[in-house]
Amino acid sequence: MIERHPMDQLLREDRIPHIWCSGCGLGTSLTAFMSALQDTGISLDNVSVVSGIGCTGRVAGYVKLDSFHTTHGRPIPFAVGLHLANPSLKVVVFSGDGDLIAIGGNHFIHSARRNLDMTIICVNNFNYGMTGGQGGPTTPIGAKTSTTPYGNFEFPFNIPHLAAASGATYVARWTALDARRLRKSIHEALMKRGFSVVEIISPCPTLFGRFNRQGTGLDILNSYREQTVIQHGADPAKVGIEPGGKIIVGKFVDIERPTFLDVVNQGLKGKFGPPVEKPRAEELAIPSVDE
Amino acid sequence: MKIVGLTGNDAVAEAMRQVDPDVVAAYPITPQTELMERFAEFVSDGIVKTELVLVESEHSAMSACVGASGAGSRVMTATSANGLALMWEMLYIAASCRCPIVMTVVNRALSGPINIHCDHSDSMGARDAGWIHLFSENSQEAYDNTLQAVRIAEHPDVSLPVMVTLDGFIISHTLERVEILEDEQAKKFVGDFSPKYSLLDVQNPVTMGPLDFHDFYFEHKRLQVQGMENARHVVREIGKEYGALSGRDFDYFESYRMEDAELAVVALGSAVGTARGVVDELRDEGKRVGLLKLRVFRPFPRREIVELLRGLKAFAVMDRSNSFGSYGGPVFSEVRSACYGQGLELPIVNYVYGLGGRDTTFEDIRRVYQEIEQMASSGKAPDDIRFLNVRE
Repeated sequence: MIERHPMDQLLREDRIPHIWCSGCGLGTSLTAFMSALQDTGISLDNVSVVSGIGCTGRVAGYVKLDSFHTTHGRPIPFAVGLHLANPSLKVVVFSGDGDLIAIGGNHFIHSARRNLDMTIICVNNFNYGMTGGQGGPTTPIGAKTSTTPYGNFEFPFNIPHLAAASGATYVARWTALDARRLRKSIHEALMKRGFSVVEIISPCPTLFGRFNRQGTGLDILNSYREQTVIQHGADPAKVGIEPGGKIIVGKFVDIERPTFLDVVNQGLKGKFGPPVEKPRAEELAIPSVDE
Repeated sequence: MKIVGLTGNDAVAEAMRQVDPDVVAAYPITPQTELMERFAEFVSDGIVKTELVLVESEHSAMSACVGASGAGSRVMTATSANGLALMWEMLYIAASCRCPIVMTVVNRALSGPINIHCDHSDSMGARDAGWIHLFSENSQEAYDNTLQAVRIAEHPDVSLPVMVTLDGFIISHTLERVEILEDEQAKKFVGDFSPKYSLLDVQNPVTMGPLDFHDFYFEHKRLQVQGMENARHVVREIGKEYGALSGRDFDYFESYRMEDAELAVVALGSAVGTARGVVDELRDEGKRVGLLKLRVFRPFPRREIVELLRGLKAFAVMDRSNSFGSYGGPVFSEVRSACYGQGLELPIVNYVYGLGGRDTTFEDIRRVYQEIEQMASSGKAPDDIRFLNVRE
C-alpha cells in the first residue's frame, strides 16, 4: 500500500487543501512541473520558485521549495534579482497569464530580450480567475467574461509569439491534457540555458468555462483532444488562438543565444576579476526516464 | 427615491450608472472587482454611454483617467490596496494637473504579507497625494459620497480628484438597505461637466504636465494647497445641498450622542457602526459617552473637530492603519496635532485596530471606552499606542 503521495516531499502539506477548483488545470500543471523537476535530478536546494498574484500565483505557497509569492505582475523582476544575486540557482517563475502578460507584460518582454537564464511557466486560462473571471490580454476575441458579457472586443496576445519575438531561447505550448508531453517539455525548459517559456492552456470551468458554455473541466479536456494539433517547429506568429480554431501545441523555439550573464562576463572579462559562472546544465542533470 | 438592497460595491456602481461618466479605466483587484463588473454590465447593456477600457494595470488605469480628464471628460475609476499603490505615481499627477477624477477605493490591507481583507493602509498611505478623501460608514454613504464627490471634484474652486473609500468586504460585500435617488434627481444634482481647460478645446490650446522647475513649481503647489483649502467650504455646501435633496445631510463628521458626553471615540469607516451600538449600550447603563464619526479626512477639519471634542474629559482615536515609527496612526496624529494650539489638553489615546480584516467587536470597543473612563478619572493618558485585539 502506498502511504505517501509521490509528490508529498515537494508540497507544503500544511497549505493543503489547495484553493483550486475542481476541474482546473493547475493541479496537472503543478504535477507536471514537480515531476519534471524530479526528472532533472537538480538538487532541490538549488531551486527557487517565484509566483505572482492569481490562482496560479498560489504555486509558490504550495511547493516545499525556496519560494516567493510576489505582488501582482512582479515575479519576473523578483526572479531577475534572485538569479543575478545567485546565478547558481535554478530560478522558475510559475504564474498566470494575467500576472505575466498583462500587468507584468513589460517585465516578460524585457527579460526575454536580455535572455536571463530562467524558466517561465505560464498557465493561461484566458481570464482573471482569482478575481472573478474578468477579461484580460489573452481573452480571445468574442469570448465572454464577467467584464465582456457580449463578447471581448480586444485582440489577445499570442504568448509563444510574444516570447519568441522578444528573444526567448525555448518556447513551447501544451494543454493541461498533455500531462506527459508537458512534463517532458518542462524538463527541457528547466535544462535550457536562457529564457525558456512553457505556456500551459488550462481549463477554468468555474469562470471562463462557465461564461463560454464549455462544460465541466473534463469536457474542456475532451475538447482539447479535438482542438489541439501538435506542430513542433510551427511559426510562433501563426499559433494565435482564435475562437473555434485549432489550438496549435508543441515546441516552437529551441535556439542557442548567449545569456545576459554570458554577455556581461564576456564584456567585462579581465576588467574586474573572475567571472560569475553558472553551472552548466549537464553538471546539474542526471539522465531522466523518458516517457 | 427608491429603497433597494445593495452591497457597497453595487451601491457605488448604481451611483456611477446615474453619473454616467464619459470614461472609466480600470483593472481587476479584490474586493473592488464586483463594482466594475456591475458597471461593465451597464456599459454592455447600453444603459450608460461610458467608454469603459479594461487596461493592463492600475498604473495604466490612472494614466488613462488622467488623459481622459485632461481631454475634458468626466472620469471615474475604482481600485483597492496594491492597485492603489501601483497608481501612486499617477495619483500625484492627477492632483497636480487638477483632474477632477472620482475614484472609489475599497479599503484593503496593503501587502505584505498578502492579505485581501479590510484596513485603511491603502488610502491612508495616499493621504499626501493631493486627493480629497471621503470615508463611508455603510453602503448608503458609499452611494451618497460618490454622487457628492463628483460635484466636489469638479467645483471650479477645487478642481481636485476625490477618493471615496468604503471598507473592503465589510461594506463592499454586505447587502444593506440603500435609498437611491431617482435617476433624474441624481443626474440633475451632478449636472454637466464643463472644464475650464481641455486638451480637446482646439480654439484654446493648452499643454498639461510640462517641466516646471524652481521658477514656478512652488507656486503651482501653493495653488494646489489653495484648491484643497477651498474644498473645505465646498464639501459643506454640497453636503447641505445633497441633504435637501435626499434627507441625509453631510458634513465633515457626524457626532453621535455627543451633547453631554464626557468620553468619546473618534473613528471612521465601518467600525463606526459597531461603536454606535456600544455607545447605545453604555448610554443605557448611564455612561455619558459619545462618538465622533470622521467623514472627511482630506482636507482635515482641524478647527471644527476640536470644537466638538472640547467638552470631553478624555477620548480615544481609532486608526485602522499603522504609521510605523510615528506617534500614532494617521487619524491620531491629525487629531492630536489639531488639539495643540487650540487650548485642548485632554488625555488622548490611540488605538490601532482591525488590521488585515481582524474583526472588531462590541467587546473590543467597550474596552476602549473603559480605558478612556480610567483616563478621565486619573487625568493621565498612556504614552504608548494601543493595539486592539492582537496577540502579543
